[in-house]
Amino acid sequence: MKNIQEVLKERILVLDGAMGTMLQRHKFTEEDFRGEKFKDWEHPLQGNNDLLSLTQPEAIAEVHRQYFAAGADIVETNTFSSTTIAMADYHMEDLIYDLNYESARIAKAVADEFTAKEPHKPRFVAGSIGPTNKTASMSPDVNDPGYRGVSFDELRLAYKQQVEALLDGGADILLVETIFDTLNAKAALFAIEEVKEERGIEVPIMVSGTITDASGRTLSGQTAEAFLISISHIPILSVGFNCALGADQLVPHLEVLSAKTEHAVSAHPNAGLPNAFGEYDETPEEMAAQIKEYAEKGLVNIVGGCCGTTPEHIKAMSDVVKEYRPRPINTLEEYQA
Amino acid sequence: MDNNKEQHNTKRFLKLSGLEPLVITPESNFVNVGERTNVAGSKKFLRLIKEDKYEEALDIAREQVEGGAQIIDVNMDDGLIDGKEAMVKFLNLIVAEPDIARVPIMIDSSKWEIIEAGLQVVQGKCVVNSISLKEGEEEFIRHAKLIRRYGAAVIVMAFDEVGQADTYERRLEISKRSYDILTEKVGFPPEDIIFDLNVFPVATGMEEHKLNALDFIRATAWVKENLPFCSVSGGVSNVSFSFRGNNPVREAMHSVFLYHAIKAGMNMGIVNPSMLEVYDDIPKDLLEYVEDVILNRRDDATERLLDFAESVVGKAKENKVDLSWREEPLQDRITRALVKGLDQYITEDVEEARLSVEAPIEVIEGHLMTGMNVVGDLFQSGKMFLPQVVKSARVMKKAVAYLLPFIEEEKLKNPLPEGGSSAAGKILMATVKGDVHDIGKNIVSVVLACNNYEIVDLGVMVPPEKIINTAKEENVDIIGLSGLITPSLDEMVFLAKEMERQNFTVPLLIGGATTSKAHTAVKIDPQYKSAVVHVNDASRAVTVVGDLLQKEVSKKYKESIKLDYADFRQKFLNRGKHKEYLTLLEARENKYQLDWTKANIVKPNTLGIQMIEEMDLEKLVPYIDWSPFFRSWELHGKYPDILEDDVVGEQAKELFADAKQMMQKVLDKKLFQARAIFGLFPANTINEDDISLEHDGEEYIFRTLRQQTKKYAGKPNFALSDFIAPKDSGIQDYIGCFCVSAGFGADELADSYRKNLDDYNSILVKALADRFAEAFAEYLHKEVRTQHWGYAADEVLSNEELIKETYKGIRPAPGYPACPDHLEKLTIWDLLKVKENIGVELTDSLAMWPAASVSGYYFGNEEARYFGLGKIKEDQVADFADRKNIALEEASKWLAPNIADE
Repeated sequence: MKNIQEVLKERILVLDGAMGTMLQRHKFTEEDFRGEKFKDWEHPLQGNNDLLSLTQPEAIAEVHRQYFAAGADIVETNTFSSTTIAMADYHMEDLIYDLNYESARIAKAVADEFTAKEPHKPRFVAGSIGPTNKTASMSPDVNDPGYRGVSFDELRLAYKQQVEALLDGGADILLVETIFDTLNAKAALFAIEEVKEERGIEVPIMVSGTITDASGRTLSGQTAEAFLISISHIPILSVGFNCALGADQLVPHLEVLSAKTEHAVSAHPNAGLPNAFGEYDETPEEMAAQIKEYAEKGLVNIVGGCCGTTPEHIKAMSDVVKEYRPRPINTLEEYQA
Repeated sequence: MDNNKEQHNTKRFLKLSGLEPLVITPESNFVNVGERTNVAGSKKFLRLIKEDKYEEALDIAREQVEGGAQIIDVNMDDGLIDGKEAMVKFLNLIVAEPDIARVPIMIDSSKWEIIEAGLQVVQGKCVVNSISLKEGEEEFIRHAKLIRRYGAAVIVMAFDEVGQADTYERRLEISKRSYDILTEKVGFPPEDIIFDLNVFPVATGMEEHKLNALDFIRATAWVKENLPFCSVSGGVSNVSFSFRGNNPVREAMHSVFLYHAIKAGMNMGIVNPSMLEVYDDIPKDLLEYVEDVILNRRDDATERLLDFAESVVGKAKENKVDLSWREEPLQDRITRALVKGLDQYITEDVEEARLSVEAPIEVIEGHLMTGMNVVGDLFQSGKMFLPQVVKSARVMKKAVAYLLPFIEEEKLKNPLPEGGSSAAGKILMATVKGDVHDIGKNIVSVVLACNNYEIVDLGVMVPPEKIINTAKEENVDIIGLSGLITPSLDEMVFLAKEMERQNFTVPLLIGGATTSKAHTAVKIDPQYKSAVVHVNDASRAVTVVGDLLQKEVSKKYKESIKLDYADFRQKFLNRGKHKEYLTLLEARENKYQLDWTKANIVKPNTLGIQMIEEMDLEKLVPYIDWSPFFRSWELHGKYPDILEDDVVGEQAKELFADAKQMMQKVLDKKLFQARAIFGLFPANTINEDDISLEHDGEEYIFRTLRQQTKKYAGKPNFALSDFIAPKDSGIQDYIGCFCVSAGFGADELADSYRKNLDDYNSILVKALADRFAEAFAEYLHKEVRTQHWGYAADEVLSNEELIKETYKGIRPAPGYPACPDHLEKLTIWDLLKVKENIGVELTDSLAMWPAASVSGYYFGNEEARYFGLGKIKEDQVADFADRKNIALEEASKWLAPNIADE
């Protein structure tokens, strides 16, 4: 099996679409979320999508299967909120290892099925590392700007636990995504470096920030280039943006990344901006037309979908990008004198 | 595929980020690092951090960024600051200010734990300043690895196990070795390495310093040539160290040094832009001498520059006696006299002016105001300093005094229409009831008067009725209140309420040492519907008064001030909520525990009360701490360094010369009388927080207050009583108390100057009396430690150590942070019979009169230390009232500034 660095030079890779959107179709009840294992849990669990990896593993495997079938090269594990910090809402801090390990194992098993069937198109699993629900460089209290709800070390330790379990479960890549506060991401990258060093391994890392609105900045105030500079100290596979905006609104920010980075560039936007009912309604065709623009401009190496996207969207994207060469990846000039 | 490759993407450039990127390419201009947010480099910043004034400290950062700093250096390395806590707090606040946080931050510390704490709170790519091979390779690699992992660039000092690189070869050796370790062993990207190659002074007269600048420049060229992609930085002002006090030469040296260093490849550094001459503007001869020195072009370069430098300074000196300016046009002469504070020709010039106009008032409105406007502008822009302005005022007053009889005469001939005053506005100034301190108030009055405001100065201890009545009678435009002791804060609140009740609308200015924006916003502003502004320095007073009174902006300014204070109040009150407090009982449980069985308690050699009826002032001179003297003139810096300070040095020298002259006069003619009374008594702590002592068979009790804020584990909640053995320990302990004054005669002398229109010397006298009183307190404390109590009989301390208070035992004063309650002064007065014995009185607010007096306690225990009480809760106020057997309302009133808001 070729490694992902090699594949990236050959073609534009396709990431999967939304997990949540697909799970909503099941209309799982509180009982479904709890399953047998957590039927006596003292706190409500409905809405804890990451938990479904333990209680409805087949549903999760099926979503992965649909995305791979639609043409995705990479699927994300169902672990967006599987850190002690984000799971505190459900009092499930002690289940972090199981959640991440099982999610990675499920995805890896499906990926292996597909790779075995189509050896020319190897499939990969990216361990999804979300931003948590706390911010390290912003105060939750507008009246006390110096206050912080979470420290770097708290984040670092939480991320470290998640990373270790994801790798144990078989994740090929680590995807630090939906970064609205760069300092959170830096804690995650710090944790990943620690694990790499302790285990003596290399692991490809994808980093994906979120430009929250038309200001063109992250929630923590950075421009696209400042964000890029702030996360470039770690050897990463790719850098990109996801969520918050549709494919259309992402173009100018991808142009900045594409011009300024020596790494691969990724984009997994939402299916447009939410409509009046909070739904994402950009069709697969509309979205694919935008992705075509990315490819034509040579802006990207990896594309995929975030909120509101489905296997149909991924299929449409996958069909479009087949026709294009990937954005060339630059290498830094040598410095050995 | 390579066709598409944009070359510039792949160059290794130093890239940093705040909210916005900073990419430094070979084409970039020299990157200027702002260094005013460095406690080691800026005394003002240090003071703000020490005083927990982070809002104002943020303003300094903002000014730096607005002034063009592309990176800001933050340093909290100071023995008296918890550097880690201050670094984190300040950076967290910076991050919340987008106009500051847009630039990258340089985290500057010699302590790794502070650097790491800083790296953990900043999202952008910072610069760490600095690491080096000083502690060996292992530590260097460990830190570099972590810095990399935190995502920062790094400044590497040319320093290794042997020492700091001070030659060309050593600079090369260390930078090459550092570079190789970083790039090969750590995998540090070379573009993220910045070398600080040590800028050292030249022209020091020492042979081995001759090459300092040239070696730096050559080493810079070598590094840029041989260590690809890295940057070179340095602190430029070091190079001219030996010419401190001679700014023209220093500025030229900086420019020349930079010119050559930048050509060699230096691309970043700390430079004070106001200490830089434009290279092309350096006079040819000076340029030649300076380049000879920087580039070491001649053996006698240093001697030649020194000789020339003397002529540069000498020229400036000659100008003072150069009378050619007397040939200039009249207005220029008057302006010059005002700016330079020269009064010998002013009546002559004013007379000439008077003859040239129709009405004598025109001289004030025309000639004199034109000159004073120049003074005002220079002061506002920081080109003149307070003592100079006060001298200008002296000239102005003299000129006006000369004109007054002519103006009166004119009035008789042509009565002015109603309200025909020419002043820009009328301002009432007063030190509030119960308070006697007026140096700051007088300075503000003088400066405002210089700006053409008419001042109605009611003096000190002014009762509220008098302020209100005078304000009505005189129809003033603004009322300014001043106070130094804490009870004055309540007086100000009372006055604001009273003004509101009587439907006043004139703006209220609040100033004085204990006042603050916080107190003004939280306690005074809500009491008064019209504008209330806190103003704590003279230069700001002018702007504020201007904004308040100028018709065009007044309304808007008042509204914005009101909003600003409401906003500040809201933020302040919300912030308070994060503070946690212990109950008084819990605080007492966490008291400071001394092991009394091991305590070394010394019985005083002489118990009872002693008096010094007439102190020889000469003996006090060595004990004077001059730094606060300069501070009272708004010249900030530590004595004696302040005399050589780049910015205020010259002014400080001049002021110091005047002060010394005045001091000599006071000493020769014995114009101040100094007296003291003190006593040492057997004492023990009772009821946790009270100290009971015995004198002449009677019991006296001092009440102390205990810190109530929740502390980190292991940190006690102090009260002064913790330093005295408790009664139930069975161990006899001791306490002392005292009152000294050097103020007898001072007010009379100050007033005599004032009557002579000489505010400058009047203020000087008062500031000097304050210094003598403090020196007396220091002297007496030493006498007590070494003789009367004698617990430190063999103590030998230099004056500097005395000022730093490195001795054993403390002398806290009621009304100050450890014991903010002024009421205990009454006990001291009762015990020592202070008023009867030495004549120092207490006002209604318990201020001492004369003002130049100090009173307090003596604690002899070696563990005794100064602390700040901080805020206390209602339970302690009630307990305190109970213990003192006074009404709760009364206790609340006296303790108000220290009671935590609910």
